[in-house]
Amino acid sequence: MPASKARLLFSGSDWDFRKLSQVYEAIEEVAVEELQLDVYPTQLEIISSEQMLDAYASVGMPLMYRHWSFGKHFLYQELLYRKGGRGLAYELVINSNPCIVYLMEENTMALQALVTAHAALGHNHFFKNNHLFRQWTDAAMILSYLDFAKDYIARCEERHGLAAVEEILDAAHALKEQGVFRYQRPPKLSSEQQRKEVRERLEYEERSYNDLWRTLPNSRESSEDQNQAERKKKLNLPEENLLYFLEKNSPALEPWQREIIRIVRVIAQYFYPQRQTQVMNEGCATFVHYTLMNMLFDRGRISEGALLEMLSNHSNVVFQPGFDDPRFSGINPYALGLDLMQDIKRIVTEPTQEDRDWFPDIAGSGDWRRVLLDAWADHRDESFIRQFLSPALIRKWRFFLLADCADEPNYKVASIHNERGYEKIRSALAHSYEVGANRPDIQVVDVDLLGDRHLRLQHKVKNGVLLEDKSRDDTLRHVKRLWGYEVSLASVDAGTGATIADRATSQIAS
Amino acid sequence: MPIFIDRRLNPKDRSLANRQRFLRRARDELKQNVRDEIRSRRIAEVDAEHTVPIPKRGTSEPNFDEARNSGRRERVLVGNKQFAEGDLIPKRAQGGFGSPAPGDTPSEDDFRFVLSREEFLDLFFEDLELPDLVKLSLKEIVAFKSRRAGFAQSGAPTNINVGRTMRNSYGRRIALRRPKREDVEAVEQELASLRAVPPSHNTLQRIIALSEELERLKRRQKKIAYVDPVDIRFNRFEPQPLPNASAVMFCLMDVSGSMGEREKDLAKRFFVLLHLFLQRRYERTEIVFIRHTHEAHEVDEETFFYSTQSGGTVVSTALEEMHRIIAKRYPVSEWNIYAAQASDGDNFVSDSERCIALLDGELMRLCQYFAYIEIIDERESEIFGATENGTSLWQAYSNVASQWSNFQMSRIAKAADIYPVFRKLFTKQPTVGKST
Repeated sequence: MPASKARLLFSGSDWDFRKLSQVYEAIEEVAVEELQLDVYPTQLEIISSEQMLDAYASVGMPLMYRHWSFGKHFLYQELLYRKGGRGLAYELVINSNPCIVYLMEENTMALQALVTAHAALGHNHFFKNNHLFRQWTDAAMILSYLDFAKDYIARCEERHGLAAVEEILDAAHALKEQGVFRYQRPPKLSSEQQRKEVRERLEYEERSYNDLWRTLPNSRESSEDQNQAERKKKLNLPEENLLYFLEKNSPALEPWQREIIRIVRVIAQYFYPQRQTQVMNEGCATFVHYTLMNMLFDRGRISEGALLEMLSNHSNVVFQPGFDDPRFSGINPYALGLDLMQDIKRIVTEPTQEDRDWFPDIAGSGDWRRVLLDAWADHRDESFIRQFLSPALIRKWRFFLLADCADEPNYKVASIHNERGYEKIRSALAHSYEVGANRPDIQVVDVDLLGDRHLRLQHKVKNGVLLEDKSRDDTLRHVKRLWGYEVSLASVDAGTGATIADRATSQIAS
Repeated sequence: MPIFIDRRLNPKDRSLANRQRFLRRARDELKQNVRDEIRSRRIAEVDAEHTVPIPKRGTSEPNFDEARNSGRRERVLVGNKQFAEGDLIPKRAQGGFGSPAPGDTPSEDDFRFVLSREEFLDLFFEDLELPDLVKLSLKEIVAFKSRRAGFAQSGAPTNINVGRTMRNSYGRRIALRRPKREDVEAVEQELASLRAVPPSHNTLQRIIALSEELERLKRRQKKIAYVDPVDIRFNRFEPQPLPNASAVMFCLMDVSGSMGEREKDLAKRFFVLLHLFLQRRYERTEIVFIRHTHEAHEVDEETFFYSTQSGGTVVSTALEEMHRIIAKRYPVSEWNIYAAQASDGDNFVSDSERCIALLDGELMRLCQYFAYIEIIDERESEIFGATENGTSLWQAYSNVASQWSNFQMSRIAKAADIYPVFRKLFTKQPTVGKST
């Protein structure tokens, strides 16, 4: 139908459901044909600004259990919004199957089209194909899990009282950052499997039993060490996921309390991939909407006016002020992501000699779609930047590296955008997106469950960066609430292994 | 084909439960805030919109955080214009790059939010120990009655305004030239009379023409409804507050040196509570403040609570002043008169007799209600608790109380004692009328 192809999808700024549907179909067609995107089915929901604020307050999820902190965040967001300090997002997208996209009712039709391309196709494709999301989250189950969590916590509130539930949630929230598996895959064994394994292990021990071992003389001096080592092995220590450890091993918790901790932990884990792929995720969505809108315009399906409106919004989104601008608040992930991806397209299609030196694999290979699809599927922010940040882009952004040493009165410019600095800047920028490395590394190292049950945590101090005293004490108090016995936190220098500080809950006035 | 869901009509206030949890969490801080606010506010505005800063104590969410002033870091920044490798940049005293200059961001104090009337009163009532029923009846705003307010195009069938509807229908029928019943009947009659006589060529022609005409008229009648949905008008009703009589509230207080900060604070809560009650019952309430030492003056609220005056204590001067003001400005036929008196009980011995005479003679007949509180020390409350002996004023007023059912008195040492004074006021719900 070449005649209908050339027709405008919409004109004017009012939207209705018929137009939204037509636009979605047209965009999806182009996305699949031209960009070979692969998406979950989409569910578009129209909401008002008030509902958008609601969604903000409950970490962007359509369902959430109740907690006072969400009420507090709501008030902050509302204030910022009312004062005009911050506009609301035009959309919100949820990594679920079907992929839920919220559209604000205030948006004009052009904006709705832009948002549809951005969220319903860009983010959606990324959620479905990126390996982190595929491996770590279960898009199909998240909504039903949240529903379960909300009901479960409401039931606990009825049965045990608001205060009791709040106490556990407060404590669990304080440890959210330490409640994710960063390196090891979360254990997925069902209880049936676990029992089977335990049985098999016992059988093996029985089979290999030999009375002779008993007659061997025991080396006295190492028994203490051995004990400790065995104990640690049994509890799987050291353990980086504090919430997981407390949920499984705390002597003080009742089953419902463990379940609440588990809920907080599962939700934190669900969000972990999103935090690792912010630049890529937004970059992918922005690249997709920008490309699709231009393609639709080229095909004569959207008017110049609409395209201009979209471009004006687009450029607001990807605005990146310099470090000395009062508006500067860090690197804009939309801008960085989009530039990285457009730069890849440039390297693949029209490389310079420099690009051929730096990216021999992809420079001039011609198929930018394939390169991008692979990158979206295989990388997270850290590896993506390490792999694809080109000298040309470093020059364009005029990146520079600043060394900040707490004891010195000055910052030092360590590298700038020159031949000597490219590698260093690329590596430092990539490192700054390594979520795991940029949070304090705190692990459970030891506990004697049969003895005084003193829970020992260890903070590996990297580059001398210590913990802030007050929040550390407050958080330790929360750990103690969940553990029930003495808890101490040792700060150990990651390089030398020397203990820098040791803080126990008995030293903290409650 | 995507699925569309229109969520706009979903119930609002999804986060209301979270808000309530937050308010409960910060209860103590908010209560303190409300208490301060009551102290500084005018009585009549106590339950107006109320903004409070977002409480910080008890609502922090700690986690293991890095200390900003330790260790070595590397930061990648954008937009280098002049730096070369090895340059040193002096650190600013506060923050670093990326933290906006002071003044750009709203300061913590700007983060204030609005408590609803209900939330505010909840906090206010908390240590007054009001029975729940009373709390409810105080929170409820004036009763409404629906009043006719023009016409509407939608409404319940019972509210159809027939006159309007038929007028619209008539106008529409004329405009669209709907055939009238008489016209149709005339044609039918003519047709019938033609059919009655033996047919001729002329009559036959006429009959055919007439039947066609008849058919056309009937069709048109059918097409153009007699009453169409667009004609229908409904009576519109608007809720309006019940017309209530006006009330005036006299606040009498002893301001001699013995009334300290605590006493005044308690007295103010006492006045506030009475005022809330009056506000609910009467459309219009006025407050008159009379303070007295050995002489009485009508003053404004500011002076009433915050300025001190030295002198002796002659209570009857305040009663006289009140009497004078009633006579001058508040005729009993138009106003319901309420009085609330707070004092520490000191009075000249001879004057107490005069107070009895004043109240018995005139004032109690004019007043709907007279409440007296004697603010005593918390330690004294045990001694005086139940006994009838006390200050001379207390004894004098006891006499009045035994004779007049609308006179209430109580000793108050803490906020929770205030309510019993009003118990009678709240338990019985007389229809609002004039006392005679």
